[in-house]
Amino acid sequence: MTADASHGVDTPPELVQLLTPEGERVEHPDYDIELTEEEVRSLYRDLVLVRRIDLEAVALQRQGELGLWASLLGQEAAQIGSGRALTDADMVFPTYREHGVAWCRDVDPVKLLGLFRGVSNGGWDPAEHNFHLYTIVIGSQTLHAVGYAMGLQRDGAEAATMVYFGDGATSQGDVNEAFIWASVTNAPVVFFCQNNQWAISEPLERQSRIPLYKRASGFGFPGVRVDGNDVLACLAVTRQALRNAREGQGPTLIEAFTYRMGAHTTSDDPSRYRLADELEAWKLKDPIERVKAYLFKNRLADQEFFEKVDAEADALGKDVRGRCLTLPDPPPEAIFQNVYAGPHALIDEEREQFLTYLAGFER
Amino acid sequence: MTTLTLAKAINEGLRRSMEDNAKVLVMGEDVGKLGGVFRVTDGLQKDFGEDRVIDTPLAESGIIGTAIGLALRGYRPVCEIQFDGFVFPAADQIITQLAKMPLRSLGKIKLPVVVRIPFGGGIGAVEHHSESPEAYFTHTAGLRVVACSNPADAYTMIQDAVRGDDPVIFFEPKRRYWDKAEVDLGAPGLPLDRAKIVRPGADLTLLAYGPMVKTCLEAAAAAEEEGRDLEVVDLRSLNPLDLEVLTDSVRRTGRCVVAHEAPVFSGFGAELAARLTERCFYHLEAPVLRVGGFSTPYPPSRLEDYYLPDLDRVLDAVDRSFAY
Repeated sequence: MTADASHGVDTPPELVQLLTPEGERVEHPDYDIELTEEEVRSLYRDLVLVRRIDLEAVALQRQGELGLWASLLGQEAAQIGSGRALTDADMVFPTYREHGVAWCRDVDPVKLLGLFRGVSNGGWDPAEHNFHLYTIVIGSQTLHAVGYAMGLQRDGAEAATMVYFGDGATSQGDVNEAFIWASVTNAPVVFFCQNNQWAISEPLERQSRIPLYKRASGFGFPGVRVDGNDVLACLAVTRQALRNAREGQGPTLIEAFTYRMGAHTTSDDPSRYRLADELEAWKLKDPIERVKAYLFKNRLADQEFFEKVDAEADALGKDVRGRCLTLPDPPPEAIFQNVYAGPHALIDEEREQFLTYLAGFER
Repeated sequence: MTTLTLAKAINEGLRRSMEDNAKVLVMGEDVGKLGGVFRVTDGLQKDFGEDRVIDTPLAESGIIGTAIGLALRGYRPVCEIQFDGFVFPAADQIITQLAKMPLRSLGKIKLPVVVRIPFGGGIGAVEHHSESPEAYFTHTAGLRVVACSNPADAYTMIQDAVRGDDPVIFFEPKRRYWDKAEVDLGAPGLPLDRAKIVRPGADLTLLAYGPMVKTCLEAAAAAEEEGRDLEVVDLRSLNPLDLEVLTDSVRRTGRCVVAHEAPVFSGFGAELAARLTERCFYHLEAPVLRVGGFSTPYPPSRLEDYYLPDLDRVLDAVDRSFAY
């Protein structure tokens, strides 16, 4: 038995869209957004720069400088749109693919690369950026986000949490438990699901019989599907959901309908499970091209602007590459550091023994 | 001095922790109005409110996962897992997140989360209510694992666990919940990571924790009548292990028997036997022997008296040690 889960390129009627793939501004009865020309240009710049970081990371992996990379190609608008909807006080819980959101939270891209290079399993201070560490176990972070939101409630903070996950994660028990907890506690949390159509090789109909945003109603909170390749719509919908959360109206599930244009990770080979035609169709909906068309058609940016952004992207790519290559390997004693906050005799003993053992080779 | 049951001693310890620090929360299934199925959290919701004593949805992974989130926000959650056999839905959050997030953050994150688990058998319960899962957690770096055995220790250990900055798996011997003893509510108690010689002796060291401490004390009393002077050491902390006290004891006595309810195979006793053999090899008169549950699932309760190591099985192991 199969069910229609709308995983193809056909746009379902529920989709919130403010900018068509051709770059036309369209109205939506429930969502609108007023942005200055400068703000739209700034979003375009974000999109281009994070794609460039991603491109550089893929190249670094191919050259053996990273062990792995999870590309965000195609998901830039979902991440920048939602990421730019956050206030500084909001807290973000990412998966391992939220490089665009990390950009919005001022996390140095080289720290992201460091994780995939293997110099640490995290490496940035979540409290400094209000951007939690990447979580690799699928869906685990949704519960952390709800717990954090319960803390915000107790603190009376004017802030919300936003948690990212993918279409595959919606099958996880933790994600469903997170929905329940958020619902019964009315937690100020926004569930931002990037439905990129593929959980490695499994299409959406392996995970769901219904559009994912419709799951929310069963848990008792609103769900909305937004064009995940439309940065304006993602920004508008997320802003509204975050505002509702901060104002005590509880959780929202946002399904950003998008497409993973690259492989799941650099270890994956999508040609084994999906047709090239599908990618070609989605290329016509590219998240960056439509903003460029909009800016160009409406004379909100000139050729000089686009060239400037491209030059900035090249410089950023070069900088990221250079600093990635000079990332030092951690010293062997790092294995033993930070396992516990307090003292631990056995770990101390093992560290001393191992360092003595290593020193034996230097004599 | 006040006479308290072990359950009430934990209750008093939690109460003291909540009074001392407004960030301390209690959360779990039925911990609020009901006071927990063993009444360990009795009265806390009434006194500290529903925001600090949280009746959670019936979802163990959710309890630990949201506790992690609360800890990231600066809270100090004390989670109750209702029974030992129900911790497994939460095992993923405990093992992949709670234990590893501080290291992942290079020390930026601290997760002061306490996971209280009533463990062990002997109460005539149905399946999944009598297990001893401690070795799963001692094998996971990043967790502190402790087990209390008596009311006085329970009172201070729970407070120390809450006060520390590391995640703690806190095992409570459920068949000893109703045991009473004198507790000095003003005494600081031994540090959480220290073992305690609960009965000094010269001839053999009995190592135990949680519910088996009482059994070993009874065994030592019986052995005394046969002229054997057994030392009983309560580990209190399984990770980290207070090897100094254990090593000193076994070197003095030259013999060691480890007792726990969990299956002997790959049980925590294996770690103790290996470590102590390494450290006390020239002092040992006999191999370190282990007595514990069989290599079977926990049996139906009509058979649990055969499964659980009792005074006689401990003394049988003692006899075997002396036979070398």
